[in-house]
Amino acid sequence: MKTEDVRACVIRIEGTNCEDEMAAAFETVGAKAEKVHLKQLLGQCPPEMKRSLEDYDILAFPGGFSAGDYVRAGAIFAARIKAGIGREVRDFVEEGKPVLGVCNGFQILVEMGLLPAFGETMEDVPSAALYNNDSGRFECRPTVLRNDNRGKCVWTSDIPKGGLVMTPSAHGEGKLLSSVPDFTERLEGNDQVVFRYVTPEGGKAYYPWNPNGSPSDIAGICNPAGNVMGMMPHPERVLTAYTAADWSRGHGSEDGDGKLIFTSVMKYLAKR
Amino acid sequence: MTVIDIRIELKKGVADPEGSNTKKTLESLGFKGIVSVKSVKCFVFELDMPADEARKAGEEYCKKLLANPVVQGYTVTVR
Repeated sequence: MKTEDVRACVIRIEGTNCEDEMAAAFETVGAKAEKVHLKQLLGQCPPEMKRSLEDYDILAFPGGFSAGDYVRAGAIFAARIKAGIGREVRDFVEEGKPVLGVCNGFQILVEMGLLPAFGETMEDVPSAALYNNDSGRFECRPTVLRNDNRGKCVWTSDIPKGGLVMTPSAHGEGKLLSSVPDFTERLEGNDQVVFRYVTPEGGKAYYPWNPNGSPSDIAGICNPAGNVMGMMPHPERVLTAYTAADWSRGHGSEDGDGKLIFTSVMKYLAKR
Repeated sequence: MTVIDIRIELKKGVADPEGSNTKKTLESLGFKGIVSVKSVKCFVFELDMPADEARKAGEEYCKKLLANPVVQGYTVTVR
């Protein structure tokens, strides 16, 4: 499909607070982005504001503190979606349309059972959790990520395998845990590991380069099909060099590292 | 009317910053002899259904929303 025909749905509820940057990210790479409240998809709004998920080509869950992080980060947003438009979201994913969750969005995808989704597209009960950082604090700083995906993830094709990108992290609960035996090995086997935290030189991360203590330094994963990706750091905050942590020391390009995530998905859609 | 208590607690070995922070704060206020503090969450539901149905409903609430089985366990008690 043509770039100008791509429509991105940036979904929000109360407490979502990164929808502007997320929409801007898709606009930057030529797509039409719309910030859509969940109630517009549920039809709980004036008729002219109603929207349908099937009219969009991309679904993005922005960061924030949806529903005040009550119960658990992302749990309430996930439950509301499953209850109201669970089937539509499942169809969206099964059609191969790309879905992105950043920060709170990643927490929502995990709570919804769309990640890691070993057995089925949308698991009934979550099989992973994004738990409190080891430090017990909100961690907010630049992080360096290495692309460890072997080619399945549709969101990272523009980043060379092993390539490093610098994106900011800002979260209190980013430690990826699971009760699935051999969790990391299964992710690796399915090519579901996307990003790992590393040091600026690309070596094994340690605190604070791994801000949350995530086992195996995992920062982002995708589903077995590769079209759903969740990551804790914020690529939409570094679309240009001017918001990159190293901009005053010569970033080397007008573009920020985060833009590559969005150019990658546009290439994927161009082939569809 | 049936009243049920749902208690959500962290599984053994899962870090509990809220609990440890509470302990630290109480100790800084001068309280002594606190061995450990665990944070748990308790929800009280008033349900318009018989007791056996209420227990089942409570378990469903846990599975669908209140507990993530990776880090949390739950108990449902009918009062």
